[in-house]
Amino acid sequence: MEIVRSQKRTLAAPIVVLTLPLYRSAPSLEVRLEDFELFAIDRLRVLKGISDGLSRGKKPDEMEILVRDMWKKNMSHPQASEVVNKDIISHFVLRLVYCRTEELRKWFLSMETTLFRYRFRLEGHEVQRALMAEFDLPYKIVSNAEFESVKEKLGQVARSIGPYSSNADTIYFKVPFEEVPELVASRRVFILKGHAYVAMHQVVSLVVTQFRSHLSKALVLTNRKWTSTIREREKDRLTPIVEALSTSYLGPDYSQAREFAEISLKDIDQVAKSSFPLCMRHLFEKLREDHHLKHGGRMQLGLFLKSVGLTLDDALAFWKAEFSPKVGAERFDKEYAYGIRHNYGKEGKRMDYTPYSCQKIISSTPGVGDHHGCPFRHFSEENLRAALGKIGVANHAMEDVIDKVRNRHYQLACTLTFEAVHGSSCDAGINHPNQYFIDSQKILQKNNSTV
Amino acid sequence: MPRGESENGRDDMLIDGCEPEQPRGNSVPDGFNTNYLKVYYGKLFPHHDIFKWMSYGNDGKHPACDRSYFGQREFSFTLDNDIYLRFQSFNSASELENSINEKCPVKIDIGPVYNVDPAKRHAYAQAGDNGFAPVERELIFDVDITDYDDVRYCCSGADVCLDCWPLMTVAVKVIDTTLRDDFGFNHVLWVYSGRRGVHCWVCDEKARRLNNEQRAAIADYFRGNENSHKKVSLTGHALHPFLARSYTEVLKGFFEEKLLSSQNLFSNEERFEKILEMIPDESITSELRGKWQESRRSSISKEDINVVRWGQLKQMLQSGKQKGQGLRRCVEEIVFSYAYPRLDMEVSKHMNHLLKAPFCIHPKTGRVCIPIDPNHCEEFDPTTVPTLSKLLGELNMGGVKADGGDEWDKTSLGKSVRYFRSSFLQPLLKSCKEKIESSYSAKLQESKNSLSW
Repeated sequence: MEIVRSQKRTLAAPIVVLTLPLYRSAPSLEVRLEDFELFAIDRLRVLKGISDGLSRGKKPDEMEILVRDMWKKNMSHPQASEVVNKDIISHFVLRLVYCRTEELRKWFLSMETTLFRYRFRLEGHEVQRALMAEFDLPYKIVSNAEFESVKEKLGQVARSIGPYSSNADTIYFKVPFEEVPELVASRRVFILKGHAYVAMHQVVSLVVTQFRSHLSKALVLTNRKWTSTIREREKDRLTPIVEALSTSYLGPDYSQAREFAEISLKDIDQVAKSSFPLCMRHLFEKLREDHHLKHGGRMQLGLFLKSVGLTLDDALAFWKAEFSPKVGAERFDKEYAYGIRHNYGKEGKRMDYTPYSCQKIISSTPGVGDHHGCPFRHFSEENLRAALGKIGVANHAMEDVIDKVRNRHYQLACTLTFEAVHGSSCDAGINHPNQYFIDSQKILQKNNSTV
Repeated sequence: MPRGESENGRDDMLIDGCEPEQPRGNSVPDGFNTNYLKVYYGKLFPHHDIFKWMSYGNDGKHPACDRSYFGQREFSFTLDNDIYLRFQSFNSASELENSINEKCPVKIDIGPVYNVDPAKRHAYAQAGDNGFAPVERELIFDVDITDYDDVRYCCSGADVCLDCWPLMTVAVKVIDTTLRDDFGFNHVLWVYSGRRGVHCWVCDEKARRLNNEQRAAIADYFRGNENSHKKVSLTGHALHPFLARSYTEVLKGFFEEKLLSSQNLFSNEERFEKILEMIPDESITSELRGKWQESRRSSISKEDINVVRWGQLKQMLQSGKQKGQGLRRCVEEIVFSYAYPRLDMEVSKHMNHLLKAPFCIHPKTGRVCIPIDPNHCEEFDPTTVPTLSKLLGELNMGGVKADGGDEWDKTSLGKSVRYFRSSFLQPLLKSCKEKIESSYSAKLQESKNSLSW
């Protein structure tokens, strides 16, 4: 581990002991090579657990418990004095591991930020204030006079969020709205002339934004250092460990997983019926019905089809055949063919785009006329029941599925659906539409060969 | 650029050469063709204003100006034969003008400002993942009348008439007020998209520098109810102040005074059933349904049936005996789902989305994409927007004219260009200039301080 300048300590809040580091600079510690790897794996378990929790659509309160438990279980250390060191060391090791591609950085940034968010929430007010001071946030508490002038609006916002009136906050910070995007997006703050009024219980958003932007920049810098010097210098020692770590825990992205060769156009209908998860099947059927899908739907279905093995030529033929009755072949070539070639990395940035995971699909926000998204999350119960009935999910199983949906366990609902349709268990749970497809094909092939 | 100039010269000759083929006077045939477009770009299109706008003050002589700024902006042209030219960039007003005149694009799109000249992007592609990336982009919105098809009965698809256009007016009002009052933006340009919607460009420096996450946050702030098939989605005990203001200041009045009758929202069973579906209380819906199904005989009343039925519905839902908050919320919910702006969210969320430049001509309608004044947006009438053929007619009518003044000033485009300049461009450039000067003097101050350290 490299030695960078030692941590700068401020004398601002000497009473509060900070057990939640901000990871501003790498520690100047000696680390044993085994610890280097073991600590990192422990932290990865936590991050992976968070990732699973998020993709299962867990609510903030459930996430808080999950993070607390995962942390306790994996990140403790027999020596109390080493706990903070383990935290810091493991973080910096994983920075090296996850700095190396855009995709890895995105995942790590998102999981570390979530981890930080819930650890921050678990701290008391004093520690929270001390952490705000650490970040050097320039925001002032809204003065009494100003508070009085906007009090009514602030109350209105609080009531619009929900009945639990957040113990009537009177401490507010006034910050540029762009610093708290998540509060703006969910309309949980009052915004006036470019400033958002952030209540004390919401400051976690502010701090998290800071944390995230620090880490995001740091990851890019680490990547630069990695490619320019570290990789080569450590090629016999750290590099193999680092490279192994990134692949060992992050699940497959299904961009290459074409175990079932290619699906061809002639059996696409049959395969759709037997092995597409509900989200893709819905899109597929809507496409057949309307001869059109909006952008979100084309992306979700298109990338899925690509990664189950539909070739570019077949994809073009398929989409053209579907779209032409509505928009005409000529307009298709003009307006839509580009997007399909783009998905296959033949246009624009020439990226080979990966198919959408459940987490991405669940967190999408389909609008009017959109058919993408996760049926378990985005359908009304009535529509969902109809859709399930259509694919043969019967009474008892249907109630189980609906029950999971009510508790917002969308992926579990999908897993139960899989089990009901295939008459076979799915222990791993559904995390990715392509996994659904592959598992389904495996079962069908096994059945075929045994018959 | 000698080649550009000679092209230009030929353009002028083309006009004269063209004229004998057409009947004299102002009767230019309808439709859209490249020859007309060439004349339009040559004589009327405000190239220079677009350049000024896209330079944001960086074309000045001030030492703090970023001279490469305009050259890093992506333009993209759609040509007559459906060839799509992306990543065009220009280093000066005349380069932009010459290229437009020469290529005569049927559509001009404006993209983001990149970290490097987009025309040379390949040279930077190898330099790692941050080799070529957008760094600035106006915050943009796109509202399209086709997204309202489930709540308008007069037209569908790309068609728009004076009965449904007011939906766009409402969108302009709600969004414009919110951008200014809530987000504190000052430089907001609204543009008619030429056929079925409106575009919005927010040009404040702060807006241009928003990252994708922040853009998405603003777009989400504007989102309506995601699930049209869900019954009540305005949860909570109160509306967010922004929604409450939009409701009382714009949506409620518009719905009751205009939309209700212009779209005949309650005039037949299919339509009122759609509204009843949004009320979760069976006893109320069946009572209203009963009333309306047999009310045909009592239709002597002169009052508009839509207004009457809406009144009955409101009374049922808001009367004292219906205590449930949810039911009161229902009235608001109905108004929101019929009148609240529907944005194309994806356009606003990403920096690298392209948007059609103002003053383009829509190839299907021949209408000019002229700015809309949000303060008088209810007066905007898409059917009387200047068209390419009308403008050329006016040019021809002008006849031989001594030099002096701009050509557009003598046509019906004049009003739009003047509005663009006085209400948008001048205040924008003034603030850009001030920003450039103040940041420069701050920097000077800083370097002085560090010298004396």
